[in-house]
Amino acid sequence: MDTKAIKKEANNTQTTERISGSEAVIKCLLAEGVDILYGYPGGAIMPVYDELYKYQDKIHHVLTRHEQGATHSAQGYARISGKVGVCIATSGPGATNLITGIADAQIDSTPMVCITGQVASHLLGSDAFQETDIVGISTPVTKWNCQVTKASQIPEAMAKAFYIARSGRPGPVLIDITKDAQFEEFDFKYEKCKGIRSYIPIPKIDTDSIQAAAKIINEAKKPMIVWGQGVSLGEAEAQFKAVVEKAGIPSAWTILGAGAIPTSHPLNIGMVGMHGNYAPNVLTNDCDVLIAIGMRFDDRVTGSLSTYAKQAKVIHFEIDPAEIDKNVKTEVAVLGDAKESLAALLPLLEEKTHPEWHQKFKDLYAIEYEKVIKDDLYPTKEGLTMAEVLKEINIQTKGDAAIVSDVGQHQMIACRYANFNKTRSNITSGGLGTMGFGLPAAIGAKMAAPEREVISISGDGGYQMTIQELGTIFQQKVPVKIVVLNNEFLGMVRQWQEMFFDRRYASTEMTNPDFVAIAKGYYIDAQKVTKREELKDAVAKMINTDGPYFLEVCVEKEGKVFPMIPTGASVSDIRLE
Amino acid sequence: MNENNLYTVSIYTENNIGLLNRISAIFQRRHINIESINSSVSEIENVTKWTMVVGLSEDQMKKIIGQIEKQVEVIKAYYHTEDETIYQESCIFKMKSDLLFDERQIQNIIKESNSRIVTVNKAFFVIEKSGRKEEIDLLHRELTVFGILQFTRSGRIAVTKEPMEISKMLVAFNQ
Ligand SMILES: Cc1ncc(C[n+]2csc(CCOP(=O)(O)OP(=O)(O)O)c2C)c(N)n1
Repeated sequence: MDTKAIKKEANNTQTTERISGSEAVIKCLLAEGVDILYGYPGGAIMPVYDELYKYQDKIHHVLTRHEQGATHSAQGYARISGKVGVCIATSGPGATNLITGIADAQIDSTPMVCITGQVASHLLGSDAFQETDIVGISTPVTKWNCQVTKASQIPEAMAKAFYIARSGRPGPVLIDITKDAQFEEFDFKYEKCKGIRSYIPIPKIDTDSIQAAAKIINEAKKPMIVWGQGVSLGEAEAQFKAVVEKAGIPSAWTILGAGAIPTSHPLNIGMVGMHGNYAPNVLTNDCDVLIAIGMRFDDRVTGSLSTYAKQAKVIHFEIDPAEIDKNVKTEVAVLGDAKESLAALLPLLEEKTHPEWHQKFKDLYAIEYEKVIKDDLYPTKEGLTMAEVLKEINIQTKGDAAIVSDVGQHQMIACRYANFNKTRSNITSGGLGTMGFGLPAAIGAKMAAPEREVISISGDGGYQMTIQELGTIFQQKVPVKIVVLNNEFLGMVRQWQEMFFDRRYASTEMTNPDFVAIAKGYYIDAQKVTKREELKDAVAKMINTDGPYFLEVCVEKEGKVFPMIPTGASVSDIRLE
Repeated sequence: MNENNLYTVSIYTENNIGLLNRISAIFQRRHINIESINSSVSEIENVTKWTMVVGLSEDQMKKIIGQIEKQVEVIKAYYHTEDETIYQESCIFKMKSDLLFDERQIQNIIKESNSRIVTVNKAFFVIEKSGRKEEIDLLHRELTVFGILQFTRSGRIAVTKEPMEISKMLVAFNQ
């Protein structure tokens, strides 16, 4: 993409010119630095598509095979780059197909702007062809949304949309534009949004609370950090690492926090939550101070709230005031942007190492290693494990790949075992747990970061929810690597059935198609692995292929993910078998 | 668990389409019933004020306020107890005109309750009263015996005894 062209375009917008609403949409996108968008055309958005045709040298439209794919691709793009992902769809079914991705972006705080076409304004509310109240439907799952019925409203709506999507705690916004507004001509002028009086994206940092937090941390004997995505969303990785190292605090991550400090960092003690690591879960109920940074105490993280970290003083660093005391009562809340608050905290901290406390984590890790990790990574029985596939990928990518996972057992295994050397490397659907997320998200991630190795890891179930996006990969020549860990089951649900429903496998067994043939049908190089001996070469072949590549690995059918905190149980009652 | 209290919620917002949806969804999602709701212009130009009454524990109330304030178009939200506010509701009754002449008692009720006759015609007359919920309930009970043709009551409107910081905030934004 020619960035100079965008800059020039952006400057031009200061003077007015008479253009159509649809051309204005494109000019707004260019002014916001958008060079790629994902979408699917249809009647009510055709004027905008017509303009896209005109501007195709400046802005690249990716035709996904389903609007849900467009949202997930935009999410993948946003998650790896930190930029706003953009998608576009027609009215009615096009718009409703965006909803899953929007809901996913909302709960995972992903900046996204969705543009939908709408029937002409005189038809609104008349049950016209392909009319749905998408503003009403999307209200509970957007950070903000609005409907535009006049061309002259487009610049302000677009400027607000981008500002709201990317500022503060990011999130998805939707702008619905009636067809007549797209055709209407008006005097276009664009000004970026710099503030909205009713919206305070970043609360002011209060030095008293930082001092109070520092005092508690300095006095702590057994402090522990749990960090979430807020660290990487706030680009606070460096400040965070400095805090962790200076105060010598064992630090665990939520699923979306992964990678903010590398997996191999000595103070990185693993993942918390339902399928997280043993030590950080157990010791949550032993620490004297729990420092939560940019995380929201999701129930998958806390298990039963009535027993969660009751003995600990909780310090919560958070940008969104509504998260404070929402689930866990805090001793000190530090509102603000993580980068600024951690930078302010650092000089107040005393240097510490807490060796005895660290030893407790090491001892529990040894137990987890013996009971779970060893058999996952170095299995002796027949049947490939999901974990050994991840291990091979770690070795061959040196832990530098971005792993885009779908939802299920393979997701938990990917998060547990992938090495994340770099931040923004774990792209997965955390809060919504959306099957079908992985493949299209990988497309967006690879397009946003072509220099990175992007590997999509899916189960046979989730893969088939958006399998049609292979068409997008082929058409756009996106060199993503696609791994399907095939256990011929909806594995995660099967595991629950095995453990809690007396092995009644109600509708979780899957008879699968010839995945390799399907990939090849989309002209994507493909291979299937069924034996351990084949794995290494197959992964090498995948990594060394220039274009996209599909690898199916047949894994043990009834493998289980451990450790596990059963729903409603306490984090310290985490099960190893 | 905290006991539920009646709280008056005051929300200052931009006057935007769709905001009712967003705010009511916050209550709906948590299965909380809104006792009454009123939305109108406020003392500040171009700022809408909402007054809602809900029965909740204080803990829940705080979380809800957080969720409301999080909405982009909400400028500020507050909650207050009964003691911290001065509030009124308003109601109107439609009754048969004959009653005015046949039932002397009605005139007394109107006088004693400090209500007001809005209109009288051959068929019916209309009484209006503003006041606290209990006063309106009492009037309703007293009139019921004579037969009420129609009855409507508004949502609560309220002002707080303490000053609201909202105006200061807006001035700060405009600087
Ligand atoms: C859209 C959607 N539908 C249903 C579910 C419930 N669900 C969670 S995990 C899972 C099974 C996933 O199976 P598969 O994709 O084969 O992955 P595996 O667990 O075997 O690794 C299901 C059905 C979901 N998370 N998302």
